[in-house]
Amino acid sequence: MTAPLDVSGTELEAAPEAVLDGSQAKAIQGRSLGQIAWMRLKRDKVALTGAGVVAFLVLVAIFAPLIVGWFGHPPTDFNQDLISSETMAPKDGTGISVDHLFGVEPVNGRDIFSRIVYGARISLLIAFLATLLSVVIGTMLGVMAGYFGGWVDSVISKTMDVFLAFPLLVFAIALAGIVPDSAFGLSGDALRVSLLVFIIGFFNWPYIGRIMRGQTLSLREREFVDAARSLGARGPYIIFREMLPNLVAPILVYSTLLIPSNILFEAALSFLGVGVRPPTPTWGGMLSDAVRFYTIPHFMFFPGMAIFITVLAFNLFGDGLRDALDPRAR
Amino acid sequence: MVTYIIRRLIWGVFMLAIVSMITFMIFFLVPRLAGATSESLATRYVGRTATAEQVKIAAEKLGFNDPLVVQYGRFAKGIVAGADYDYGPGVERCPAPCFGYSFLTRLPVWPDLLDRLPVTISLALGAAVIWLIAGVATGVVSALRRGSFFDRAAMSIALAGVSLPIFFTGIVSLVVFSYGRPLAFAAPGGSFTPFFDNPAQWAYSLILPWITLAFLYAAGYARLTRSGMLETMNEDYIRTARAKGLTERVVVFKHGLRGALTPILTIFGLDLGLLMGGAVLTESTFSLPGIGKYAIDAITNQDLPKVMGVTLVAAFFVVVANLVVDLLYAVVDPRVRLT
Repeated sequence: MTAPLDVSGTELEAAPEAVLDGSQAKAIQGRSLGQIAWMRLKRDKVALTGAGVVAFLVLVAIFAPLIVGWFGHPPTDFNQDLISSETMAPKDGTGISVDHLFGVEPVNGRDIFSRIVYGARISLLIAFLATLLSVVIGTMLGVMAGYFGGWVDSVISKTMDVFLAFPLLVFAIALAGIVPDSAFGLSGDALRVSLLVFIIGFFNWPYIGRIMRGQTLSLREREFVDAARSLGARGPYIIFREMLPNLVAPILVYSTLLIPSNILFEAALSFLGVGVRPPTPTWGGMLSDAVRFYTIPHFMFFPGMAIFITVLAFNLFGDGLRDALDPRAR
Repeated sequence: MVTYIIRRLIWGVFMLAIVSMITFMIFFLVPRLAGATSESLATRYVGRTATAEQVKIAAEKLGFNDPLVVQYGRFAKGIVAGADYDYGPGVERCPAPCFGYSFLTRLPVWPDLLDRLPVTISLALGAAVIWLIAGVATGVVSALRRGSFFDRAAMSIALAGVSLPIFFTGIVSLVVFSYGRPLAFAAPGGSFTPFFDNPAQWAYSLILPWITLAFLYAAGYARLTRSGMLETMNEDYIRTARAKGLTERVVVFKHGLRGALTPILTIFGLDLGLLMGGAVLTESTFSLPGIGKYAIDAITNQDLPKVMGVTLVAAFFVVVANLVVDLLYAVVDPRVRLT
């Protein structure tokens, strides 16, 4: 047993904060990384606007049946009485009224507002789930590659290279086009949504994987990991308790930035006719219908703007989040 | 250097093999997982009017009952060395590279693809020139005048540019600049004139797709160039260059831009490779008869050999682009060769 240290000599005690005595007595206050990031984010009005729009869109998607029910025009109901039988266009040009906020479609007069609201569901659902899938696979494999190194790293890195070198869109079209209308015990929208989630999520994981590998490589050399290891911690403990908490920030940032690109991907597949099948409304599908009616511009305007605003909002929020969490990225 | 090139070449061939395997799995394994049988696969080759007996014979002749590995071997051999198709009435020779026959037209896929490749290549190359010049120039000016009105305006437009789906900007530009409106200056899409027939007509028919496609990429490249330039201009060697009295122009273009441009050229090569493999969205928006449109038309008809052909060609371009970028990188940056 060693003798306890003598701490009674108060006059010898170091008091670095003493210099701050007086006017700033309460100034020193510990702030976590999250608090610092939040402070920066609060000052970024553009990013906050993006976040607000994102929150609004998510609410719209969740409460779509309520919103549409309140207006009383289900997205697949025809309103033939509003359509001129000669030109197939809405009688007054657009059909925009208090009843039909965004007007009606040509030919069968479906309510565009309802279709946009329901389209948000498909778009956001697929984008979120696909991002989740990419993040789970990407983080798992990226961390493994970075942490274990050696042959594990070369196998995973080469796999990522192969994936990144794929003509994604062509592969996705082929895959989405080749699966029949009922397969794997699913059919209809459920099948299409899961198929799209799988395709988009599965082809995008290397983007997350690369970033996670790089982050893990630099974290592995940090002192706190050495400390944990010297205390006898093993691989799983270090990965889950020491590294993952430090990877939360980049995971958050890059998922936020992956969502908009997945929204565009889903819209592109729907536009090309291999997404969720009609009559279920999708923004991309509406745009591809609108191409044939280019003389009726409001038909293409609303789905186009819906995609644009959604993607822009996510991009603004993601950029702001990145700047807030990692100031060096500026 | 020579060993490096050989290593990259082997890797390229390996990539092609992997890609062909995955393509094969998409077209032959996935349908089976989704519940297709040898007979239902063969029906596509002999038509729906065939009797059950005929379908059974076709399935046997086309080898759908063989193990998948054997089927893949035959598929790969067809691409490398050509294949013999036995439809029943007679044996047909499909020369290499054999991508099979269209279910609809009964014509081989490869000559079709060759016909359409010039459209896609014209589209990709023209757009690439525009976006590289516009994107890099905007990015450089933005970085040099950071925080100025130009910078903020350009970066806002660029952010909007990367958030806009190309099929939306495409339709809008068609409506505004074509279809006989007052502002019309471009062809309404759907037309293509080969360059060697009439260069002016060629450019006229492609100008709108070029600009639409280039806008999307220019936006991304402007953002990349700007951040790359900002980083390089803070490097010590830039300060050294200034300190030894070089003019600002030499500092920016010879020292700054060169450092910022290398990663951009990498991405440029890969993007170009991807586009050569089918600018699917642009081609379908503007109804350009390139290989992307070919694939989309084929998938709506479930004409799978065509889609498979496009998938393989697309993958080929991407692999070649990867290879070229890697080799160029080794020339530009000597450090690469050592690893």
